[in-house]
Amino acid sequence: MDRTTIDLWVGVFVALGVAALLGLAMKVGNLTSNKLGDTYSVSAAFENIGGLKPNAPVKSAGVVVGRVADIKFDSKSYEAVVTIKIDKRFEFPKDTFANIYTAGLLGEQYLGLEAGGEDDVLKNGDKITQTQDAVVLEKMISQFLYNKASETDSKADAGGTKPEAKASGEKSGEAKSTELGDAPF
Amino acid sequence: MKSILFTGLSKLLRGIGRRMIERIWRLGAGARLFFLTIIYSGESFRRFHLTLREVYFTGVMSLLIIIVSAFFVGMVLGLQGYNTLQKYGSSEAIGVLVALSLVRELGPVVTALLFAGRAGTAITAEIGLMKTTEQLSAMEMMAVNPIARVVAPRFWAGVISMPILASLFSMVGVLGGYLVAVPLIGVDHGAFWSQMQASVDVREDIINGVIKSVVFGVACTMIALFEGFDAPPTAEGVSHATTRTVVISSLTVLALDFVLTSFMITV
Repeated sequence: MDRTTIDLWVGVFVALGVAALLGLAMKVGNLTSNKLGDTYSVSAAFENIGGLKPNAPVKSAGVVVGRVADIKFDSKSYEAVVTIKIDKRFEFPKDTFANIYTAGLLGEQYLGLEAGGEDDVLKNGDKITQTQDAVVLEKMISQFLYNKASETDSKADAGGTKPEAKASGEKSGEAKSTELGDAPF
Repeated sequence: MKSILFTGLSKLLRGIGRRMIERIWRLGAGARLFFLTIIYSGESFRRFHLTLREVYFTGVMSLLIIIVSAFFVGMVLGLQGYNTLQKYGSSEAIGVLVALSLVRELGPVVTALLFAGRAGTAITAEIGLMKTTEQLSAMEMMAVNPIARVVAPRFWAGVISMPILASLFSMVGVLGGYLVAVPLIGVDHGAFWSQMQASVDVREDIINGVIKSVVFGVACTMIALFEGFDAPPTAEGVSHATTRTVVISSLTVLALDFVLTSFMITV
């Protein structure tokens, strides 16, 4: 075969390969979406960050405005210090609230920012003081069980004055509402 | 009775020993050929058209089989993934499933397996036949080093072609998955790409996939070259060598894939 034809085909082949790799990086990978442009970093301390990881999205009103840059443990206050990078285009008031949320029921965790009402805005190196920890499922379940237990206790106390209340209390939903309806108070 | 048992046992052990020594010998000879190829590969870059010619035969000629099989693999992944994901109400994650499985695993591995079947066998048969017809000896007589002239260009051509073919495989596979997921099944177009972009990392996934394919390229090409170079100079010998190329390449690729993955996935 002619050498120029071979050169042409190999050129086409290599160009296709480069195009595929670029396509993978741009369209499939996060090369384009990961770029935030100019950022400023802000830190926030949490008592519990749950499963938050570096590079997790920082969202405000559901829109990605930044990324978690770094997570450190502060051995003096026993808190996790999360450093986040926010895009320069977005400014947040000083009293912004930082929460850790979970995307979906079992999805990955992200940091949500809820803007406050102050006029001063967060600058590079500032600290967000108002934070809310990640919801830990075990804590929630134990709290729920505790509430349930204290509820049945109070019902048992009410049962002293109204004997049929306990039986109706066990029938959940509508039974509970009737019980509240003719409560002694 | 006792002596029959003894001779039988010693025969069995001798057989095992002979086979073992042969395997180790072949491994050593393969490694030697590999180092000789690296040492004598200067010419394949100085006279780069030699390598380009081999890129044409191993890479460009493999394009069709790679693209067609990638397309079908991507479409099957789309169908199967949707079938399972919709049970959990997360059919939008199909883009993630298709892209990650292609970029991380199927792209490099299936390309290497197809490459071993399509290009590796051709290399083995060609070199084996060159040896049978004493072309390699003739080259040596003319003071042309057959490793520099025949083996090294084919080696570098394989190493260059494999990552290109693997990235093409991944990209075409993703497009195939897209075709099934979005126009056919009706998954949302934006969710398909955005979820994919959110979970496919360029360094962790795409670059690691390319690294894998380069390693597979070295392994597959080297096995094919060695089997050809080592084939007994008979018709039967060449045919056996070709078969061994496919078997050993496939097993090596799968084993190497496990090793590489266990290095790449840090727990």
